[in-house]
Amino acid sequence: MSAPQAPRPESDDAEDPPGVPGFHSWRAVYVFVFAAFILLVIALTIFSRLYA
Amino acid sequence: MNGLDWLVLLGTMLGIAAYGTWRTRHTDNLNTYLKGNRNTGWLTIGISVAATQASAITFLSIPGQGFESGIGFVQNYFGLPLALIIVCAVFLPIYRKLGVYTAYEYLGQRFDRKTRLLGAGLFLMQRGVQSGITIYAPAIILSTVLGWRLDLTIVFIGVVVVVYTVTGGSAAVNLTQRWQMAVIFGGMVTAFVVLVTKLPDDALHVAGALGKLEAVDFSTSPDRRYTFWSGLLGGLFLSLSYFGTDQSQVQRYIGGAALREGRIGLMFNALLKIPMQFFILLLGALVFVFYQFQPNTPVFFNRVEWQRYVDGPDGATFRAFDERHAELHTVKQEKLHAWLAVRESGDAAVEAAARSALVAAHKDIETVRKEAKAALTAANPRAKIKDSDYVFITFIVTQLPHGVVGLLIAVMFAAALGSKAGELNALGTTTTIDLWRHFRPLAAHDEARNVRNAKIWTAFWGVFSIVFALVVSFGENLIEFINIVASIFYGVALGIFIVAFFCRRVGGTAVFWAAIIAQVMVIVLYNVLTISYLWYNVIGCAGCVIIAWLLQAILPRESGRNELPAAV
Repeated sequence: MSAPQAPRPESDDAEDPPGVPGFHSWRAVYVFVFAAFILLVIALTIFSRLYA
Repeated sequence: MNGLDWLVLLGTMLGIAAYGTWRTRHTDNLNTYLKGNRNTGWLTIGISVAATQASAITFLSIPGQGFESGIGFVQNYFGLPLALIIVCAVFLPIYRKLGVYTAYEYLGQRFDRKTRLLGAGLFLMQRGVQSGITIYAPAIILSTVLGWRLDLTIVFIGVVVVVYTVTGGSAAVNLTQRWQMAVIFGGMVTAFVVLVTKLPDDALHVAGALGKLEAVDFSTSPDRRYTFWSGLLGGLFLSLSYFGTDQSQVQRYIGGAALREGRIGLMFNALLKIPMQFFILLLGALVFVFYQFQPNTPVFFNRVEWQRYVDGPDGATFRAFDERHAELHTVKQEKLHAWLAVRESGDAAVEAAARSALVAAHKDIETVRKEAKAALTAANPRAKIKDSDYVFITFIVTQLPHGVVGLLIAVMFAAALGSKAGELNALGTTTTIDLWRHFRPLAAHDEARNVRNAKIWTAFWGVFSIVFALVVSFGENLIEFINIVASIFYGVALGIFIVAFFCRRVGGTAVFWAAIIAQVMVIVLYNVLTISYLWYNVIGCAGCVIIAWLLQAILPRESGRNELPAAV
């Protein structure tokens, strides 16, 4: 009988840099994703108006 | 389907399943079995998250939505990017920090045993119901259109997915989902390219003129099913609940080499999901355009069902519908060509008149389709009158070349297997960790026994879903049915987690009873109101949080619980 490896709690690395080129913080990544979403909604609205 | 189609279909499906089984056959570590390999990267996590969400119904039903109602369904996903940002910023770091196997373990640490069991129970209940649908939905459509036996199709899908999911657990699920998504993307892009080659240059204008390209509706009416606001707010709550508290998704991203991998995998989905859904809906809208130029367009796309009534005692009635639809379709084509001829003439009045005539002809056709469906219901009140799920598969088998047909059927199977595997993996994990291990704490120290039990519970849920799919019959639009079931339960589940993360003063007893009351309230309201089902996510969540606050004000303060795992 072997003891199960308990899931290892992780150190608090929530503020570690994302390691994505051009982004120095997770906040910047979230702002980018949010901005992309806004642009997408605008693009879809224009698309609707263009062909409606 | 000919030999080439069968070769492509069986080669891709069985090949991927066999590869996943073989590569992960020695998985005997509980952490790897439940969370996947520790070195899993962001791309694998991102693909796994997408594959778990994208079931076969996504690729059968959503083009049908595009065909029937246009691309407005895309608004349903507007809350998703925002939800994923919240999951990345709040939920994921806490799950990783505590090293939990399931989201409900967190509830046990934050609140108490009964709240953990309630959270796990809500998940097992709604996901257990859905587990039958995720096999049944593609099986009923594929078996109807391709003439296969429904029971054998269900058993085939179920057995294949059970074999590799039980063998390799999360490691096998992650590995196979990568290849299945490759098949899905390859197949859908191929279908899109072939479709575009069959369309006239004005295809998008035709779709737009007939109301299929209204992607965004800013109307504030609560009766409109898909609007920007219901999609943003209701979709936010639905997505937050699905990605943040549903174990089938949580399990996909809590593993991995580091917190960063899970976060980037989720952000990958936040960027990908809306364009992907738009693409699938647009495909459906363009299939609609394709059929506008075809001489023989069916009045009802579930041809097998329709033919049964044509050959039945009231056959004359249904043949009359066929004839009337054919006549009106010819008239509509004349109006369509007339409009296209004057569309760029520069004479706005002539163009508007031709367009109005086309829209009127289209409405006549829609009226006949509605009357035909009403006749089906009159002949048999249990008749399945929603034929939009059959539109895309009908297009595939009748219009695409051999080889591509096999590839597109493989897309449906790949999606069915990928989402089913994630689901079974989560059901097995939750049952093992939150129920079996919870009630047999001493056995929890035996690694081999834990893995063995996780495999047994995964197999149990696999067999359960196969049997469930074999004995029940679901109706109407399947993706809506799944979303409705989810919306009824998800809001309350999310409410429990919102209280856990953000309401530090509220204890387990208050949130437990608040969740019960809110769940009953949602079920009652669903039977009374006629609002968009997405709003039940908001109502359930808000109800749970508010009632928990109120109950906590009158209940004695609980002490001794771990206060670390709250976000604030």
